[in-house]
Amino acid sequence: MSVVQLQRETSPAEAGIGTATSGASATEPRLRIKDVRLEYSTRGKNVVAIDNISIDVPDNQFAVIVGPSGCGKSSLLYLVAGLAEPTSGEILLGNEEVDGPGPDRGMVFQSYTLFPWLTVRENVEFGLKRRRMPAKQREEIVNRYLNETGLAAFHDAYPKQLSGGMMQRVAIARALANDPKILLMDEPFGALDSQTRNSMQKLLLRVWEENRKTVLFVTHDIDEAILLGDRIYVMTARPGRLKEEIIVPIPRPRSMDMVMDAEFIAVKRRILDLLKNEIKDDEH
Amino acid sequence: MARKRSLIDACLTPKSEVPASLRYAVSTLTWLAVIGLWSLATYGGFMKDIFLPSPTAVIGAFFRLFEDGTLQQHIWASLQVVVIGFLISSLIAVPLGLLMGTFRVVQAGLEPLVNFIRYLPVTSFVPLFILWIGIGIEQRIMVIFFGTFFQQLVMIADVSRGVSKDLLNASYTLGASRRDALLHVLTPAALPGIVDTLRITMGWAWTYLVVAELVAASSGLGYISMKAMRGFQVDVIFLAIAVIGLLGLFTDTVFRLVRLRLVPWAN
Repeated sequence: MSVVQLQRETSPAEAGIGTATSGASATEPRLRIKDVRLEYSTRGKNVVAIDNISIDVPDNQFAVIVGPSGCGKSSLLYLVAGLAEPTSGEILLGNEEVDGPGPDRGMVFQSYTLFPWLTVRENVEFGLKRRRMPAKQREEIVNRYLNETGLAAFHDAYPKQLSGGMMQRVAIARALANDPKILLMDEPFGALDSQTRNSMQKLLLRVWEENRKTVLFVTHDIDEAILLGDRIYVMTARPGRLKEEIIVPIPRPRSMDMVMDAEFIAVKRRILDLLKNEIKDDEH
Repeated sequence: MARKRSLIDACLTPKSEVPASLRYAVSTLTWLAVIGLWSLATYGGFMKDIFLPSPTAVIGAFFRLFEDGTLQQHIWASLQVVVIGFLISSLIAVPLGLLMGTFRVVQAGLEPLVNFIRYLPVTSFVPLFILWIGIGIEQRIMVIFFGTFFQQLVMIADVSRGVSKDLLNASYTLGASRRDALLHVLTPAALPGIVDTLRITMGWAWTYLVVAELVAASSGLGYISMKAMRGFQVDVIFLAIAVIGLLGLFTDTVFRLVRLRLVPWAN
């Protein structure tokens, strides 16, 4: 694996970004994925889904995993969430090894996973209630995240009354209300139409600026990865390996207009190159 | 093409909507046709009234049995059996079915046995039940229980298996314990399916009730039917059938209302 710092005209220091190593030393990496391997067998055949991946995600960083479909990027996220177990290797959050799912790793799924029998408010409240937080405190937190995600007017609606984009907004609010140490997002906008996806990306950028929560975001959409990410991990197709880590040299706050900027296009070209080779690799 | 589609077109197009007024008209027409044919056959003298009573004869039987209170008494007897049998069955089948659909161990333990019993016709057990518990109300309750319980178990297990695993996973990442997931995710998610299952099996319970009452009973709608057969009172048989149908319609409506009330989010 190589770490690539794409050059931009202003110096990295000026833009407040560094190489992966200097970034890691500034804050102790919160999420460490060490030599993780995932194998499973289907119909007697052994499949290697993830082949020894190591990733360090420092605190308060927006990390994105991109790769072709079937590269095991979603599986990796499920491993971090504790919803599946690696065949070997370990995953550490802070100094604690991941052992089963927990509220310190909030997750937004690609499929709609709102609880249909609960209103928007009750959905966002779900995690707080499990923690037996007093009602008053709960209400305060829920209101804050409903406002942040622009859902205040819909707090009494049931999920079936909402559009796909709205449902994913509730899912984001629900995960954030729990104040997790890291937010895991598994192609959360993958099922949305492109206009809704753009507005959701804008919303996520704004919400992220306000919270600066560590995020691990999985997508196959390269534009989305560059627009959102501080660093991008490019994965190879099956067996999933880490091909390159790219630090995105685009300053924040980010906006949709930046997709035309030279830096943006440079990063995009780099990722496209990596993935193009990937398809060629696959052919023989 | 701004041409409006004709009503006939709408009627002949698969799955196409038609005006509500047309739907009600057609529904009414069906009933009128049935009653019309019935009237024609009886008043027209095509059928002997010893085999097919006229509508007025059935209405007459209704007033006769209603006035001396026997009808109410037998309706009450039937209702008691069906409700008690159905309640006992549901109270056990709902939690057990949920566990069966959720935990592989419970499934492995129960499924083979349940699937075996499920295919045994409950009628074949009636002689055994009479031998064991006599011909009292307990025997009829047992028939209802036996007829509905195993079906409910399998259907509710299916409902619980159908609950998306993503919902459970989402709850875990929000800090839910396994107990929380069972009580606060799986159960509410399965509730619409549970209510539907109860609604369907309630209809079956009515069928088993009549079977039980026909064979051995001293009260109930099946019993008066049987007694009427011996006395060639075809009008009473028809009355009993109509009452059972209406009671079925009534319980079905109750379940529909319960569903609207209990799980408004699923409608």
